[in-house]
Amino acid sequence: MTSEKSVLVQVRNLKKYFPVYSGLLFRRHVKDVKAVDDISFDILKGETLGLVGESGCGKTTAGRTILQLYKPTSGQIIFDGIDLSSLQENEVRRMRQRMQMIFQDPYASLNPRMTVGSIISAPLDVHTSQNSKEKQDRVQDLLRIVGLNPDFVNRYPHEFSGGQRQRIGIARALAVSPDLVICDEPISSLDVSIQAQVVNLLEELQEKLGLTYLFIAHDLSMVRHISDRMVVMYLGKVMEIADRNEIYLRPLHPYTKALISAVPIPDPEKASQSNRIILEGEIPSPINPPKGCNFNTRCSLATEECFVVEPEYRELQPNHFVACHHAELS
Amino acid sequence: MDGLIKIENLRTRFHTEDGVVNAVNGVSYEMAQGEVLGVVGESGCGKSVHALSIMRLIQIPPGEIYDGKIWFDGRDLLTLDEKEIRQVRGRDIAMVFQDPMSSLNPVYTVGFQIVEALMLHTDLNRKAAQERAADLLSLVGIPEAKKRLNNYPHQFSGGMRQRAMIAMALSCEPKLLIADEPTTALDVTIQAQIVDLVIRLKEELGMAVMWITHDLGIVAEMAHKINVMYAGYIIERGSARDIFNRTRHPYTMGLLGSLPKIDEAPGTKLFSIPGLPPDLVRLPKGCPFFARCGYRKEQCKMEMPFLEETESEGHIVACWRWREIQAGEIQ
Repeated sequence: MTSEKSVLVQVRNLKKYFPVYSGLLFRRHVKDVKAVDDISFDILKGETLGLVGESGCGKTTAGRTILQLYKPTSGQIIFDGIDLSSLQENEVRRMRQRMQMIFQDPYASLNPRMTVGSIISAPLDVHTSQNSKEKQDRVQDLLRIVGLNPDFVNRYPHEFSGGQRQRIGIARALAVSPDLVICDEPISSLDVSIQAQVVNLLEELQEKLGLTYLFIAHDLSMVRHISDRMVVMYLGKVMEIADRNEIYLRPLHPYTKALISAVPIPDPEKASQSNRIILEGEIPSPINPPKGCNFNTRCSLATEECFVVEPEYRELQPNHFVACHHAELS
Repeated sequence: MDGLIKIENLRTRFHTEDGVVNAVNGVSYEMAQGEVLGVVGESGCGKSVHALSIMRLIQIPPGEIYDGKIWFDGRDLLTLDEKEIRQVRGRDIAMVFQDPMSSLNPVYTVGFQIVEALMLHTDLNRKAAQERAADLLSLVGIPEAKKRLNNYPHQFSGGMRQRAMIAMALSCEPKLLIADEPTTALDVTIQAQIVDLVIRLKEELGMAVMWITHDLGIVAEMAHKINVMYAGYIIERGSARDIFNRTRHPYTMGLLGSLPKIDEAPGTKLFSIPGLPPDLVRLPKGCPFFARCGYRKEQCKMEMPFLEETESEGHIVACWRWREIQAGEIQ
């Protein structure tokens, strides 16, 4: 499956550290929050790549760094053959036409003082030289595409429900006809029945417009539904990458296993049979990640080796990558 | 199992500038001792307001509990005066809220807040209460509990704060614990820890648990009974198996359908319920689900269906067409 599709984005050894300063007079750079610590993966053209992990694992930072909203500490992001980190600020801005973002909170990500029309046409003002009539037509088209009434252009965000606002956010992202859309937890603040509406819309749009998605979320069952492949992150590192069914049915990393088993099963009979792995404790601080394997503080398979040597990234099955010394045990 | 609490025709509304918001519209059910009840519905369906009404935590005005009875321990909670209800709150019925960040007071230590609850409801002196508080924290799985009593809420992580809230709620060994979306703000792995913890404590302490959530998956595993709420009504109620395997109400079917299945084929579309829940200020005359329902007919628009018992005992549903749905006559 990988061979059929060409690569749209290559992420190579990407790191993003946020510096921590201390001292009043002489502000010294004392340590770093290692939000994203050496991750590599590809996003294929036309696919949906799911990026999952607990809060604080660096998944949102990874998404934002790919868009160059954060400047990477090191590493490369190669978008359609162009290394984004080598570009100047204004060249990056031009590239952003091709990569857009849908945000998590539909309440905070729309300006309450702007009408829906001006929100959706804002990217057109920045990236195109269309006249106002063309923009108006485009906005109405976009509203129709995302399933909203085109007569709503002059309304304000507070007049819409959460699901409708998320549709406005989607229309804004699509305004400049991007290739890649980074969806940062687009459904986690919505009700269950509305989540399904938005996910169906995203799938329809992908089919119609040939979009590529990086879908960031912590809801594993929904990510599995929408993704072709999945990347599991933990404490700034990639733990496992595989095809969505492969990772769900045959997870190799102990963290992935725990994550999958923690998802509630909406079926009383199956739920009573499931063997839940309850992870002890919580994510360690990304300022002082554990030595060796990041996951060693919560792992049931951890041996001495795991506290000393960082596991290498191995392709155990075709297209199934895992970073664990003991992945064969499972 | 003996009866613990019996709610009859509970109705709560709020008087606002936009009109009267009918949040809870005649809810009746019973809970047995030691029972786990799941209350499921989308935001705005009245599930939290109905729980707050049981605790008498509705602010009056603008709120008003204008009808109904809540029988608990031989008394109607709605007739108690403020002093009496305060005795019930915390001691007999305790509540854990959704947001552990904002339900702890940031300027007092966690220990102080647990000790305060203990001294209010029991006759322990300060020293004994402090020891009990440390016991409670270790009971809910917080390591080095004695030291942690002196921490402020900001020194706890989200999962630990929710554990501290649970410790506080359990401090007086309530007969009923109301958990209002206690895991919504938490990660799945931490959610699994909290669910596991509450179920274990329930077994140990023999209390009943009301778990309010929008996530059907959580209640599938632990609930004996499930109430599905919509627009302030209970529209379906039954055992977990009734709700999941013998679903009779189109709304419940829609909720279940909008969850991704574990064994679905690639490219399967999710079932989504079209439209939005009704405005609680202007509730329709007939069935509140009418506008979004795929099974609607003329009668549904005119008359509100009443709760009827289906073929399985204790499984009730409010839909004019449940018999046809059961027989598989309509799709």
